[in-house]
Formats: sequence, structure tokens, C-alpha cells
Amino acid sequence: MTVPVAGHPRVADLDVRDVYVSFGDTKVLDGVSLHIAGGEIVALLGPSGSGKSTLLRVIAGLVVPDAGTVAVGGVAVTHVPTHRRGIGMVFQDDQLFPHLSTLDNVTFGPKMAGESRARRDERGSVWLDRVGLAGFGPRRVTELSGGEAKRVALARTLAAEPAVVLLDEPLTGLDRELHDRLAIDLGQLLTGVTTLLVTHDPDEAAVIADRTVQLSSL
Amino acid sequence: MNRLPRRLIAALAIGPVAALVVFYAWPFGTLLAEAVTGQALSETLRRSQTWDVVWFTLWQAVVSTIVTICVGLLPAYVVARFEFRGRSVLIGLLTATFVLPTVVMGAAFLALLPDSLDRTVWAVIGAHVAFNLAVVVRVVGALWEHLPTDMEHAAATLGASRWRVFTQISLPLIRPAITAAATIVFLFTFTSFGVIRILAAPGTRTIEVEVWRRATQLGDIGGAAVLALLQLAVLAVALVWSTLAQRRHSRALALRPEAVRRRARSRGERAFVAVAAGGAALVALVPLSALVVRSFSTPSGWSTSAWTQLGRTEVRPGIRVGVDPVDAIANSLSTMAWATLFAVVIGGVASLAITAAQRHGRLIDGGLMLPLGTSAVTIGLGMLITFDAPPADWRASWWLVPVGHALVAVPFVVRTCVGVLRSVDPEMTAAAATLGAAPVRAWRSTVVPYLWRPLGVGAALAAAISLGEFGATSFLSRSGGETLPIAIEQLLGRTGTTLQAQGYVLATLLAVTTVVLVIVVEQLQAGRRVEP
Repeated sequence: MTVPVAGHPRVADLDVRDVYVSFGDTKVLDGVSLHIAGGEIVALLGPSGSGKSTLLRVIAGLVVPDAGTVAVGGVAVTHVPTHRRGIGMVFQDDQLFPHLSTLDNVTFGPKMAGESRARRDERGSVWLDRVGLAGFGPRRVTELSGGEAKRVALARTLAAEPAVVLLDEPLTGLDRELHDRLAIDLGQLLTGVTTLLVTHDPDEAAVIADRTVQLSSL
Repeated sequence: MNRLPRRLIAALAIGPVAALVVFYAWPFGTLLAEAVTGQALSETLRRSQTWDVVWFTLWQAVVSTIVTICVGLLPAYVVARFEFRGRSVLIGLLTATFVLPTVVMGAAFLALLPDSLDRTVWAVIGAHVAFNLAVVVRVVGALWEHLPTDMEHAAATLGASRWRVFTQISLPLIRPAITAAATIVFLFTFTSFGVIRILAAPGTRTIEVEVWRRATQLGDIGGAAVLALLQLAVLAVALVWSTLAQRRHSRALALRPEAVRRRARSRGERAFVAVAAGGAALVALVPLSALVVRSFSTPSGWSTSAWTQLGRTEVRPGIRVGVDPVDAIANSLSTMAWATLFAVVIGGVASLAITAAQRHGRLIDGGLMLPLGTSAVTIGLGMLITFDAPPADWRASWWLVPVGHALVAVPFVVRTCVGVLRSVDPEMTAAAATLGAAPVRAWRSTVVPYLWRPLGVGAALAAAISLGEFGATSFLSRSGGETLPIAIEQLLGRTGTTLQAQGYVLATLLAVTTVVLVIVVEQLQAGRRVEP
């Protein structure tokens, strides 16, 4: 890790060009292109089943496109495996690791990068503090509330210092009050981080994102 | 309330309970009484040979379990995560291997391995691995296929390579299933009898084999009883450890209701799936193919003589070998028929009693499951020493072997039937009552019809169990009444290629019949949800 403890992720732009994905006979993405400048937060809107999540998965390297390229910071990553792309992702249902403590979840990325225990624990504590969960480190993630789990998922992604962050409907399933509060927090936490947020909620997009695009227009 | 009269429930329960008391509890009590005499206990425990046997039993079981888990994880992953042609065939093949009689697997490895390797502990471990691969693939695979793939994806987006995703995420999460599979494999390999009798060198004995040797070869009933109980004690400790370990490692996993499998994408992935699935298939197929090949192999080349002259028992003019393969087939078929009848009647009636008696039914249910936790050798030994003297001098009775088999099979019949009967909606009986049906009539017309199909499954299972049963039969069968597994063991233990080829013929026949019965079970179960 070259970035100091609790520093922000590296800033890089994201470039998606002419991406085509079909599942069987169904065309899911039909020549999608998108550019996000370094540090920009873009919200991607579109109805359910329109291929928003598939686009995120293509960018993360979880789905191999039939054609098209993905580049991060000007470097093509289309054929780079997910774990070497430097692209973080917050999943719709958090996907916290139930066998690890809250702190170990947050420090999973630094651990994979080979950071020492003391250093990554320090980094994890700072990120927990940033998402408003100071002191939650030793807790089991299965004991967290829905809102707390979402914050941990975000802290986990950001603690790995990815060049680009992808968020797949990160606030789904929360009650309105919690949703609105988290949306504001999310906007602040992601400031300066290249982010692509997938949502079907235009209000959420307006609060968090710098720019909103419709998938159908790409 | 529209409940069945207590007298009817008692009448249903009395037969199965009496059978359990006479053929399980009484022999087990006799065994205990034999074992706890001070002399047998101290003599057996002081003998260094006892501890040699215990040590061998333990380490071969531990090594077999570890190797089976290591070998099984790869096919378990491939079956859980990938959709590929032949996937269900592979699962069926491994399952069929698992239900094969132990003597068949022993014979298959004997046929496969070169002389330098058979009769060694490595042959035994190889057979144990091939046998139990299905346990790992099915038990671990069942959890793995429902683990959300996005959890692994999340780890990858955090910088974890495939290997680290496996070691840091998947492995800890499937640990309860691995522990469960390891426990099952350990129980089977710790109580290994048929494989050891056929494959191990004469001096290499597990506790099961030593119990059999002490009781039937040395006449040391007390020593055999002590060893049988020692084995039960180790198994109880293993089960308690397993339960605690599974509880400690179990997590509230957000499992997906539907398994998510995908086709291999890249060429590398396709090769990976092909190697893992093909390798697992070979582990099951190669030994069984060797069995067939050896049944056609004679010193003068390939020949069908072992098949065509199966009934000829003369080794040389006037000299007979003492085992008649054709008689053994006939004995096995008649034993199977009677054992199946006993198991179906006792198991079917018990299932009706268990579901009708509700809370008290659990007691009968638990009691009837006890033989499942007792090794077949222990059951056979108990019956041998109990039914050898008045008032129950039944050793010469033709029905004792089928009863022994039925005792081992009844838990399977009960489990199959009770599961279905418990799922019958009680509202149906209530509806029949509102239409004027008295309790017995309502029960007869709404519950009993659901019994027949699971009973068919139970009958096929009981038939397969009886055909392959070797442990209890080793104690109970008498000269001239050898069943197929006994005949196979005896023929393969003799010198002479013709006799060995006949042993392989019988093993092939037994394997094929068992597989057919398993297919019948699968077919019946596939249609089980259809209306009765």
C-alpha cells in the first residue's frame, strides 16, 4: 500500500467502450459506452432487468463481455482478473463475510494486499470511525442491523483503496429515514472517488451523484 | 379432536417394539453382560494386541477420511458451481458406488491393483476413498451450491485471488459440511469390515475384524464383546466432537434458495471442470471395470468360463471347494426376499404407529434408529451369543439371517415412510371427519394411502441392504447357507484363478443388482410427490 492510513483511494478515470453482453439469445448490453472522469460520481438509472447490474459486473470482471473494452486510468483491464483490477464493489445485499468480525471484514482488502496486522487494524478502525461505527470492530457481522451492515460493506470496499468504486443498489431494503440519512453520508464518503452507482431511484441519484445517466441512452 | 383410538396405536406399535426388544435390546444386553465381566474386560484391555488393533483402526480411518475429503473437495466444487454435460450421471455414478456392498468395493480394488499393492493398507485406503467420495461430493456440494457466489465475488473485488477466495472465504463457510462429511466417512472407515477382510493382509485388522475373529475363530466371546463396546465408545466420542464442532463453526449463512450453477466460460475453466469431473468418474469406474475384466480373465487368456461354469464346484475331479456360487445366489435371493418382507412389515407398521402416536412416537422412532448407530458386526455378535442357547436356540433357524438383515434395514424403511406420512396435511383427516368419517376410517382413507410409495422405496432399499450385508451375516450364516458377499469373500481368499474369477463374477452380479435397485429407488423417489 502506498497510500497513507485512511487516505482516499487513488483517483482514476473509468472508460467503458462498446460493451456487448448476451445471455443465450437475450441481448443484455448492446454496445454500451460510458466515461467517468477521475473523482466523479455517476449514477446509472434504468428499470429492473435493463442490464445495469450486468454492466457493473462487466466493469468488475465478474462477467466477460462478448465484445468491448474496460479501461481504468487509461489502462485496459478487460482481460485482467477481478482481483487485480483495483475496482471495488458494494453488492446489493452487502455480502459481508459471516465468519469474520466486523473489523476483519473491513480489513480484508488490506490483508489481501499483504499489509501487516497492526497497520491494517489501524486502517480498519479509522474507516469504521468514518462510517459512524467506531467501536464496532469486534462485533459479529451477523449481529449488525441493516443500516450498519451497509456502512460496513462500504467501509470494507473503501479500505481496500480501489481506483474505482461500483455500487449496486446500495441502499435497497432500508426504511425511508435510514435510506435518506445514508444517502447523504454516502455522498460525503465518496467525495473524490471515481464511482458508478446503480440505482432505480432518481432522488437517491440526485443526492449522491454528480451526474446522472440513463442506461438506455448509453 | 379426531384422534385415533389409543388401542389401535398400541396395537400398531407392539409388533415393532417387540421385534426391537427381542432382536436388538436383548442381544445388546447380553453383549454388555459378557463384556463387563471383570475377567474379559481386564484381559482384553491389558493385551497389547488390543491397542495395536485400536491404533490401526484409528489411523487408517483418520488417513482415509483426510484423503477422501481432500480428493472430494474438487469434484464437490465442480458439481456445486458448474453446469456441464454428464453432471447428473457423475452424481449418480458416485452415489451408486457409495451404496455398493463393501465386499464388492474390496473385490474391485483387489482386481485393480497389482499384486505388490493388494493386501496392503494403501489398497484399503484407496478403496475407502473411492467408496466414500460420494459423501463429500453430496454433503459438501449441497451446502456449496447454495452459498451466494457474490460472497466470493466480493472477496475477489477486494483483491483475493481464486486460491485465497477458497481458503479465506469458501473453506471457512463450508466447514460445517466438511465436518459432517468427515464424520460420516470416519464412521464408515472406522467400522470397516468387508474391505479389510478382502483387501488387507491377514494380520491387519480393524476392531470390527478383530471382533469377528475373536468370536468366530478364537471363541473369545468376552474379548469380542469388550472390543465391540470399545468401538461404540470411540464412535460416541467422535459423534459428540462432530456435533460440537459443527455447532461451533455454523454461521447464519444467507444461503440462496436456488443453486446457482453456470457453464464453464474460458478454455481453462472447461479443462478444469473436465479434469475434476473426469477424475472423480474414473475413481469410481476404473475399479468396477477391473472387476468385470477380471471375471473374464484366466491363465490361458480371455474366457467366459467363469460365467458359464458358475455352477461347477469341482476344482479337480472329486474335489469341491465348499462354496457353491449358484447356491449363494439362490441363498441371497431368498434371504433378500424374506429380509425385505420383514423390514417392510415392521418398518411400515412402525411408521404408522410413529406418526399416529405423535409425542410417544418419537420414542419408538428413536428406538428403531438404534441399530443404525450400532455396527452390523456388533449386531451379528449380539445375536450370535444370545440365540445360541435355550430359551432362544435359534441359530439353526432359516429366518435368523433375514431378521438380522431386516434389523439393519428397518431404520431406512422408517425414515423413508415417516418423512412422507408426516407431510400429509392433518387438515385432510379433519376434512374427512367433517364429512362423517370416524377417526379410524378418516385415517385409513387419508393417511394410509400415502404409505405405499415410500414403502416401495423402503423395500428396494431393504433389498439392496440385504443383498450386500456382510457384517452381521459373517456371524449368523451357516455352512451351506452362504450369501453372495460371504461367497465372494471366500472365493477371493482361495488360490486358483478359476475360483477368483468366479468371485469376480459374483461381485459383478452383486454390483449390477445393487445399482438396479438404487435406480428403482431413485425412480420411485422422483415420483414420490405425485398423488398416491
